[in-house]
Amino acid sequence: MQTDPSHYMIELREVTHAYKTKAGPLPVLDNFSLRVPENSFCAVVGPSGCGKSTLTRLVSGLMKPNEGQVWLHNKLVTSPRPTVGMAFQNPVLLEWRTILQNILLPLEIVKSPMSKAQATERAHHLLDLVGLTGFAEKRPSELSGGMRQRASLCRSIIHKPDVLILDEPFGALDAFTREDLWCTMHDLRAQEPFTCLLITHDLRESVFLADQVVVMSGRPAHAQHVLEVDIPPKRTLEDLYAPKAVEMLATLRHQIQVAQGRAAEDDAPAPAPSPKPARSRPIPGAMQ
Amino acid sequence: MNDTARKILAPTLFIVAILAFWEWAVWYNDLPDFRMASPSDLIPRYVQFWDLFLIKSWETLWRTVVGLALAVVVGTLFGMIMGFSRFAREGLYPILVGFNAIPKATVVPIVALMFVGQHDFNTVLIAFMISFFPIAVSVSIGLSTLEPEYRDILRSLGASQATIFWKIALPKTLPEFFGAMKVAVTLAFIGTNLMEIVSPHGRGLGDLFDSGRISADYPLMFAVLFALAALGILLFYVVVFLERIFAGWAERSPG
Repeated sequence: MQTDPSHYMIELREVTHAYKTKAGPLPVLDNFSLRVPENSFCAVVGPSGCGKSTLTRLVSGLMKPNEGQVWLHNKLVTSPRPTVGMAFQNPVLLEWRTILQNILLPLEIVKSPMSKAQATERAHHLLDLVGLTGFAEKRPSELSGGMRQRASLCRSIIHKPDVLILDEPFGALDAFTREDLWCTMHDLRAQEPFTCLLITHDLRESVFLADQVVVMSGRPAHAQHVLEVDIPPKRTLEDLYAPKAVEMLATLRHQIQVAQGRAAEDDAPAPAPSPKPARSRPIPGAMQ
Repeated sequence: MNDTARKILAPTLFIVAILAFWEWAVWYNDLPDFRMASPSDLIPRYVQFWDLFLIKSWETLWRTVVGLALAVVVGTLFGMIMGFSRFAREGLYPILVGFNAIPKATVVPIVALMFVGQHDFNTVLIAFMISFFPIAVSVSIGLSTLEPEYRDILRSLGASQATIFWKIALPKTLPEFFGAMKVAVTLAFIGTNLMEIVSPHGRGLGDLFDSGRISADYPLMFAVLFALAALGILLFYVVVFLERIFAGWAERSPG
């Protein structure tokens, strides 16, 4: 196994992990490898129960893998790191705090060069960016689900993390709010670049947001397929209906079916409007 | 009708209506006061014994409050231990349930023998024993049902368990805690009075009740019941007031 430092912002090297259960070990990840360059956006999709959330807990250092290594920013991950930001499907805002106090929460844990005034200013700036101007003093119970998720996003990046881990943050939202938040994510990234790992079960979301989409196989999961999304920046929702995107979606859909065991790897993907297959590259780790 | 006016007017109206009905029922059935005293019988007792009522109420009140405060401290402590450690929870739960199931009236004579003559201490002890269970249970449930994501948002930043407790677990448990407090407040009163009546030692409203019984002054006994109810209402609303301050965020505005 390599021990030289990683040159990627996020790198998983042949990670194998199993949960202990009464019925014996339940293997979740099997030789899972992943590479995310700095400031790039990686989406991970896969059938349900394939260990996507385990992946976020490993990358954030909340759990240690049985085997293999997790590297973040050239450092081996052994415990949680303050340079990580996280957001979940449940926005988990603290109801007894105002939105502003909620957003500033990470700075109460993480040492930051920002002064209190600078932090507050940054919080207001982020609120403006996600379209929550004027909600700083409101309580979470006064906000809708989509607004809470926006606030949760602000909280996850208030301390300027170099890695943002998103575990299906848009999963529980209605379709319109979700698409709205996708655009907000692009706005945020344009304002301040960060490396992002998004766990999702929405293929359109993965193609719209990510630079690479990793398809996980069924449990125990390895990286079954990596799709490079070569839609240029400043993406709009219309891009999702362009032939290139439709083709990529077809490839992904096919790969998910393979992961679910409902199609063979060498079956042709579902018919796409264009005969040219989407550009893919082999999975990392398999190259060596 | 505006909000404040309704909040004062509604209970007043109901109290007056119930008292009127009571007065009427006693008069209509022509009940002698040893079978059922009427509200108008009570007023002379309050006038006659107003100083005793004040002194005895104070004795009952402070011992209840101290017992309750003790229950809060010990109950929260037990709740924290059971909330954080599954081992402790599974070990302590049956013991607490068993302890709670013992009728406290049977504990009174034992405690009175154990600490002979320590009347205030004994009374506080019974008030504490009877009221700490709901607090311990609710705090432990509040802590053990904390969604893992709440821990994770702080843990992923490298926060310690203590930080997670102070910043998230404790405030998140406050609504459950105050819910239990409302039950505990009433229970603590029962505890204090149990001691005062089962093991008479000349203190508290229970003593006044007892002297009413001994001297066959039935309206006095009823008057004591009303004084107890008034104290109970007072303490209950103190808890509600504290809840508004510390856990007001949990209250959704209607509509």
